[in-house]
Amino acid sequence: MGFKRKHLIGLEDATPEEIETYLNTAESFKSIFDRKIKKVPALRGRTVINLFFENSTRTRTSFELAAKRLSADVINFSVSTSSVSKGETLIDTAKTIEALESDMIVVRHSCSGVPLLLTKTLKSGIVNAGDGMHEHPTQGLLDLFTIREKKKKIKGLKIVMVGDIAHSRVARSNIYGMTKMGADLTLVAPPTLLPKDIENLGVKVDHDLRKAVKGADVVYMLRIQLERQKRNLFPSIREFSTLYGMDEDKLKLANKDAIVMHPGPMNRGVEISSEVADSEQSVICEQVTNGIAVRMAVLYLLAGGETNEIASLSGQGN
Amino acid sequence: MSKKIMDKDGLGKTLARLAHEVIEKNDNLDEIALVGIRSRGDLIAMRIAARVKEISGKSIPVGAIDITFYRDDVGLKIAKDAQPTDVKFSIDGKNIILVDDVLYTGRSTRAAIDALLDIGRPKTIQLLVLIDRGHKQLPIHADYVGKNIPTSFKEIVEIKMQEMDGEDSITIT
Amino acid sequence: MKLLLSAGRVIDPANKIDDFLDILIEDGKIVKVAKDIKDKTAKVENLKGKVIVPGLIDMHVHLREPGFEYKETIATGARSAVMGGFTSVACMPNTEPVMDNTAVVELVISKGKKENLANVFPIASVSKHAKGEEISDIGMLLNSGAVALSDDAAPLMNAEVMRRAFEYTKQFNVSIITHCEDKNMTIDGVMNESFNSTTLGLRGMASVAESLMVYRNIAIANYMGALVHIAHVSCKESVEIIRWAKKQGMKVTCETAPHYFTLTDEAVKTYDTNTKMNPPLRGAEDVKAIKAGLKDGTIDCIASDHAPHGRIDKELEYNYASFGIVGLETMVPLTLTELVDKKILTLEQAVEKLSVMPAKVLGLKKGTLSVGADADITVLDIEKKYNVDVNKFESKSKNSPFNGKSVKGAAFMTIVGGEIKMKEGKIL
Repeated sequence: MGFKRKHLIGLEDATPEEIETYLNTAESFKSIFDRKIKKVPALRGRTVINLFFENSTRTRTSFELAAKRLSADVINFSVSTSSVSKGETLIDTAKTIEALESDMIVVRHSCSGVPLLLTKTLKSGIVNAGDGMHEHPTQGLLDLFTIREKKKKIKGLKIVMVGDIAHSRVARSNIYGMTKMGADLTLVAPPTLLPKDIENLGVKVDHDLRKAVKGADVVYMLRIQLERQKRNLFPSIREFSTLYGMDEDKLKLANKDAIVMHPGPMNRGVEISSEVADSEQSVICEQVTNGIAVRMAVLYLLAGGETNEIASLSGQGN
Repeated sequence: MSKKIMDKDGLGKTLARLAHEVIEKNDNLDEIALVGIRSRGDLIAMRIAARVKEISGKSIPVGAIDITFYRDDVGLKIAKDAQPTDVKFSIDGKNIILVDDVLYTGRSTRAAIDALLDIGRPKTIQLLVLIDRGHKQLPIHADYVGKNIPTSFKEIVEIKMQEMDGEDSITIT
Repeated sequence: MKLLLSAGRVIDPANKIDDFLDILIEDGKIVKVAKDIKDKTAKVENLKGKVIVPGLIDMHVHLREPGFEYKETIATGARSAVMGGFTSVACMPNTEPVMDNTAVVELVISKGKKENLANVFPIASVSKHAKGEEISDIGMLLNSGAVALSDDAAPLMNAEVMRRAFEYTKQFNVSIITHCEDKNMTIDGVMNESFNSTTLGLRGMASVAESLMVYRNIAIANYMGALVHIAHVSCKESVEIIRWAKKQGMKVTCETAPHYFTLTDEAVKTYDTNTKMNPPLRGAEDVKAIKAGLKDGTIDCIASDHAPHGRIDKELEYNYASFGIVGLETMVPLTLTELVDKKILTLEQAVEKLSVMPAKVLGLKKGTLSVGADADITVLDIEKKYNVDVNKFESKSKNSPFNGKSVKGAAFMTIVGGEIKMKEGKIL
């Protein structure tokens, strides 16, 4: 079976086999990270454009490094204002970018749906680097990779994901990824931060963190945007932190070897205490490193696009 | 139509001869290391190292290299089951013997040389292959050849190894 | 100049007629409706196999002029109307400047007359500058030719302003057409709040934000004894509230639009911005309720909410795209395909909702084929099967989610004031 995908828009329609392939390939790429020459020629001569409509130094840098370690040429293109203010449509902007003759476009946008819209008008492969509140599939994959690396499996693990589920693309991609890989996932948040009918995605929902975290293998904390308080989604930072923040006390209720994850950037002392963030159980820094390997795998696997077939690895393949 | 050109015994003898040639060509066995190209090249490398130890008493380091990401045909063929490269020793200053099952176009060897040079800076690189079937597209030759078998483009050389395939044999189809 | 429409099936709900009759028109009026009319001086249109109905009225359109002529003008809007089978349209006041003064009302009327295609009736803004703070010069606006008032440009959030608007307007015996939406509950919303908004990561607009204002406006209007018309009803709860209110004997009329009985928010899954409108496409249960409301008479009218937008407004991120779709040229085919062909409504009921009731709500002496009435007549071809093609629209804008949809039924001829304005897809 070949890897037939040309675009990565989300994990909603990914199969468990595909996810497995991304993770296995990422493992191969990770093995080059402790070499002096951290680079392979796999995508030599290809052009990858990082088209960022929304600022994100972290994600952009991770994709840039991933593309460079695959020997692709990388261009960073930041569009700071929305196209509305320029008298140009989104499609106009995207076509202008593609005229630079790119093979793949990595897109980040504060509005949901932009990567999918671009697949309909552009010829390049599109990788979603986060769109609005929709999906952030490479974050989902790197989180799965980190869990598998630490726990040697994903199936059957008890995972609790805590915080602002409603506005989080990271949460959505992880919900799809974790449930597809057979994890037992519980979302913990106040009802105001849970989107409508989220249980339909095959997850449990709880509002009591102390109860939910008992026996957890993985504790995933989401970033809370502090300005949400102004819309009455929670009464105060203090109350949110008390009820839904992860501290040493609550973490003790989880399994002893539970790992703590966070997609960054953290609000120390709000959703996660410094003691927890800096503890041995925290794998937050590994998540960042794994992000590069996972993004290399994504770029590499999508590069063959629709014509992909699997190379025979016996020496006589060529 | 398939033709068996080597069985378990034949393979054993050929590997023994190759081990002798390796010892003969390299004065200082402490400076050499075997690196097999995945998959099967790494298995052949381990067998040769075992023979060398039987004959000379010396343990030669063995590594495995994955050349998937060094191929020149990404886009035509994408491997979705790449395995990690596994070379646990430093190759700097060593005489490296690259081990592959079949030498055909020479492109895998080229990729393997690139992959090796990204890991370190060996003193020399030699090439050992079990079968040389001709049709090279690059100026690459093997220093050690188990058997020369002239083939046509249409033919497929199939190598089976006990560790992977449950039997030792080489056939042409 | 006489015109004789012969051999067609005449459906005139106002006179309870459904029969094969001829209609004779002279000087812009209907002068005779009978079997086998013979008149050698009349131009004869043989309409065998066609259905002759009172001129259709789209009581909710946005013609964009003045202010947004790149989206639509009164000229292109009027062409779109007659192409779609409409002899009259009533246009909403969210122009620039807003239709809150007699000058704009008079401009729209005079431009409409100049085009001499469909009748164009302005609906004036109920509040000054559509700000929802002070009521506009309602009496003068009506004197200058406005047929109704509306807050469609900006819903009146302040219940006290709404109360005074109803209270003041009562003396003129015209309807206030209200867009029901609690704006505080829909900030940044772009689609229906549902499981689909969850997976699409788009901000939702809960249907309760509509239904609670439906109730509020009916309650205030009835307290004041004023006329209220609920615009574009989209959700189940609104239908239920209106049904209940009518049962209580409260005075209320309402309309829905074809997209609310044709599509659900599943259509948003492509992020196609032509699925973005306000109120948003709702769920399957809502569509079911809208159809039931149409069937049992809770919903009086079908109006298109024709809302043309240019590419610069629509080829955008879903969040940034403008709300609304064009509808004048798809309303007849969608009504015939989705309601009549599927036996939700009889042809006669459909004509009531597209002509008789809109005329009644707007206080127009139209919507009938009685002798002496204006010869505003639409001829339908209910058998024609084709696919919607936005590039053939007469409207300046092509923002429709129905492009390519296969439909059955079309307007065949549009007659306004006794003159044929459109025949077989050609404007005359």
